[in-house]
Amino acid sequence: MATVTLKKISKSYGDLEIVHGIDLDVKDDEFVVLLGPSGCGKSTTLRMVAGLEDITGGELKIGDRVVNDVAPKDRQIAMVFQNYALYPHMTVAQNMAFGLKLQRMPKTEIQQKVDEVSKILQLGPLLDRRPADLSGGQRQRVAMGRAMVRTPEVFLFDEPLSNLDAKLRTHMRLEIQRLHRQLKTTTLYVTHDQIEAMTLADRIVIMRDGYIEQIGSPKEVFDHPNNIFVATFIGSPAMNLIPMKTKNGMDGLTLESDSIQFPLPEKEGHQVQANMDVLVGIRPTDMNLAHKDDGIAPQWKFDAKVEVTELLGAEALLDLRIGGQEIMGQVEGKDMPELDANIQITFNTEALHIFDKASEKAIY
Amino acid sequence: MDTTTSSRAIPQKSLADHFEDWLPKLVISPTFLAAIFFVYGYIIWTAWLSLTKSRMLPKYDIEGFFQYGKLWTNDRWLVALTNLGIYGTLFIGICLGIGLLIAILLDQRIRAEGALRTIYLYPMALSFIVTGTAWKWILNPGLGLEKLVREMGFENFTFGWLTDSDMAIYTVVIAGVWQSAGFVIALFLSGLRGVDDSIIKAAQVDGASLPRIYWSIIIPSLRPVFFSTLMILGHIAIKSFDLIMALTGGGPGYATDVPATFMYTYTFTRNQIGFGSASAMVMLGGVLAIVIPYLYSELRKPR
Amino acid sequence: MSSFSADTPHSSSVMGRIFIYGILLIVAGYFLLPLLVMVFTSVKSMEEIRTGSLISIPTSITFDAWSKAWSSACTGVECSGLSGYFWNSVWLVTPTVSISTFLGALNGYVLTKWNFKGADVFFSMLLIGCFIPFQVILLPMARTLGFLGLAGTTTGLIMVHIIYGLAFTTLFFRNFYVSIPNELVRAAQIDGAGFFMIFWKIMLPLSIPIIVVSVIWQFTQIWNDFLFGVVFSAGESQPITVALNNLVNTSTGVKEYNVDMAAAIIAALPTLFVYVVAGKYFVRGLTAGAVKG
Repeated sequence: MATVTLKKISKSYGDLEIVHGIDLDVKDDEFVVLLGPSGCGKSTTLRMVAGLEDITGGELKIGDRVVNDVAPKDRQIAMVFQNYALYPHMTVAQNMAFGLKLQRMPKTEIQQKVDEVSKILQLGPLLDRRPADLSGGQRQRVAMGRAMVRTPEVFLFDEPLSNLDAKLRTHMRLEIQRLHRQLKTTTLYVTHDQIEAMTLADRIVIMRDGYIEQIGSPKEVFDHPNNIFVATFIGSPAMNLIPMKTKNGMDGLTLESDSIQFPLPEKEGHQVQANMDVLVGIRPTDMNLAHKDDGIAPQWKFDAKVEVTELLGAEALLDLRIGGQEIMGQVEGKDMPELDANIQITFNTEALHIFDKASEKAIY
Repeated sequence: MDTTTSSRAIPQKSLADHFEDWLPKLVISPTFLAAIFFVYGYIIWTAWLSLTKSRMLPKYDIEGFFQYGKLWTNDRWLVALTNLGIYGTLFIGICLGIGLLIAILLDQRIRAEGALRTIYLYPMALSFIVTGTAWKWILNPGLGLEKLVREMGFENFTFGWLTDSDMAIYTVVIAGVWQSAGFVIALFLSGLRGVDDSIIKAAQVDGASLPRIYWSIIIPSLRPVFFSTLMILGHIAIKSFDLIMALTGGGPGYATDVPATFMYTYTFTRNQIGFGSASAMVMLGGVLAIVIPYLYSELRKPR
Repeated sequence: MSSFSADTPHSSSVMGRIFIYGILLIVAGYFLLPLLVMVFTSVKSMEEIRTGSLISIPTSITFDAWSKAWSSACTGVECSGLSGYFWNSVWLVTPTVSISTFLGALNGYVLTKWNFKGADVFFSMLLIGCFIPFQVILLPMARTLGFLGLAGTTTGLIMVHIIYGLAFTTLFFRNFYVSIPNELVRAAQIDGAGFFMIFWKIMLPLSIPIIVVSVIWQFTQIWNDFLFGVVFSAGESQPITVALNNLVNTSTGVKEYNVDMAAAIIAALPTLFVYVVAGKYFVRGLTAGAVKG
């Protein structure tokens, strides 16, 4: 298998630069997901790796070889497209064999490969059908099969699941996971769906406007977002951001806004100073209903009014008002308070995020 | 796996790959050059000739716009323009009228719609020369329609338009409409089929009558079809050459000349190259005045 | 309120239906009569044409006019019928249609799948080429063909038809290929197919409908062309439309309307045949240039 190394890779169309010198190391066998909103440059980056777009600047390595100028077919990659891009006039077997035929592989060997892959993907009964006669999920599997018969060093996936309905998507996600565990091929996977990213990735690369915002394992990017963009992009429902100011209090720094104030819990290596404008981030899932005898100090309990409730089943979403501040909370469904009830909430101080308002960077 | 992959060399971009990069441009270039030379180059060439005194052989000394001035004092050119005006207006008007009416009627879930459409459209497959020949015979004053009607008992019926200087241009209209109306029907019919059903249903629920629905909802929604049909018919009218050559030959005299036949006559039979070129340039101006706004609006639409 | 269930509004009264069918049939008559008259006249003798009327059914059928039109009618000074010119047109149409369709397909492929700078500008330029009145290029082309020694030859005429047919065929294929996803080409690239391999193995097999449209369109256009034929060909090499026009306008001897009509039908048969066999594609070709799609 192979590593993929991007060094200061950039892409411009005329004067317009849309990928700005990004660096990325994909390790051998690693599953890396490029995640970001549409137009963030993730697909362009993938296409540059595939060789379908010229690289404007920087160096791309697959394994030890610089492949900037290598034709797609010689990069030892295979790609699965969002719309599957199956050749409509060929049968499933012909679709899979096309690339091998062009490599002048002997017929028996092609046959063997196609059989092997179709067994793994359970494509056997479909081999003589044409793409038009297949369901969405089947087409998706054929597209993966076509990529797999090439036994590539790197798999590239470009939003492969976004044309499927929700149920099938979950199923195929598990399928991809299983295949990766089985084949252990280095994989670069582009999606805008954070659930896909969280469940599939060894590491997630979060992109925005042609820059990489953060690279890290799913847990890292969820627990320690680098900046406001990552913090709000990852996680559903989205993180609450409360504008506050830092003050010097009696026992160290405090955080204050018109409606809330609390001391800054001690933590090593934070860069919070007095008199800063900050945004304090708390995920709705990190909020809890406070009880009289839960032993939490009163300064960590906040009076809130329940303005909207949404019961989702096991969980319930609450729109809360704390003074002038609106906050979303998530509680267990069975604990859902009444509409307009006055309640007390508290939150997990370990899961507190603080961002500098000016630079939007995490400072805590 | 490891052994096989490591033995696979990863070639750098070869000469063939570079060639591959240039192939698309190489493939399109003949057409590109042909368009530049045979369309735009020739237009400039003709424009140049129109500024010279060229007669039988081209001369390339530019003398100015006097050929254009001559055009506007040439009686035959003015007749040709008038004819194009009459022919164009009637041809377009009648084609649109018949086209819309028949398309609406055909849209009423007609039995044998396919057969009828086939009948309406077949003249479009014919050459204008064939059409001209056929109508020349039918409109023939001696043995054609005139004789038919007279034998039906109308002894004094006369129908000599084809040989009547004042009326001959209308015979061109008759034959032209016959040839092209089916096309307009087809265009309108596909336009009608594209109208959103739910709008019509909503109007029916509101209690609108059928003519009312057509008049205030469906026909206004056909505006783009009207627009493009108008362009196409206008374009056909300006280019009309074959039909007139076959039906009247521009006659009697030059009573049915249009710019296209005028240009042909002066350039190729009267050897007045400069003068003919000037008339061709005026035709081009006319077509572009119609086509460019149309193309502009078509190309601006998101595809 | 039966119309509620209808897909399109329609009047349901019996009188209304009779009125509609009446008008449709009258118009159908207007379109059909000339053809009927042509066929009837072509199988009548001149004697019967003079005594009978325009639409009277022929009392005795004779194909003399047909054989004369085919092999011995005068087209100017020459008196050998249309047969030679018919084959001229066949030889003219075969290479022009195939070459212009093939090049149009290649152009459409490049324009849609191999984006290069200025592709849109180039396409707009080409599109205007579809619409210019050909009068504006006649004289320079005549000079060029003369210079190349191709004046009055079939080769010259073939060249002209290919050049000015390209704009249309490119337009057809370009609009068709726009709807084929680019990823198909990208996938083939990754599979190792090059420019021509993708064209042969992926694009062309998917292009059958538009190839039919383009072939029919080009065939009808070129077969029916008169302007290029009359300007760029001479004598023996003229296409059938020019010969027909000469035949009809040759004013030697008595006017033989039956021969004229037989000749007109002969000239019309190939395109009529195509229309009857592949009308659907014919209409699509007509509307492709007109309405986007």
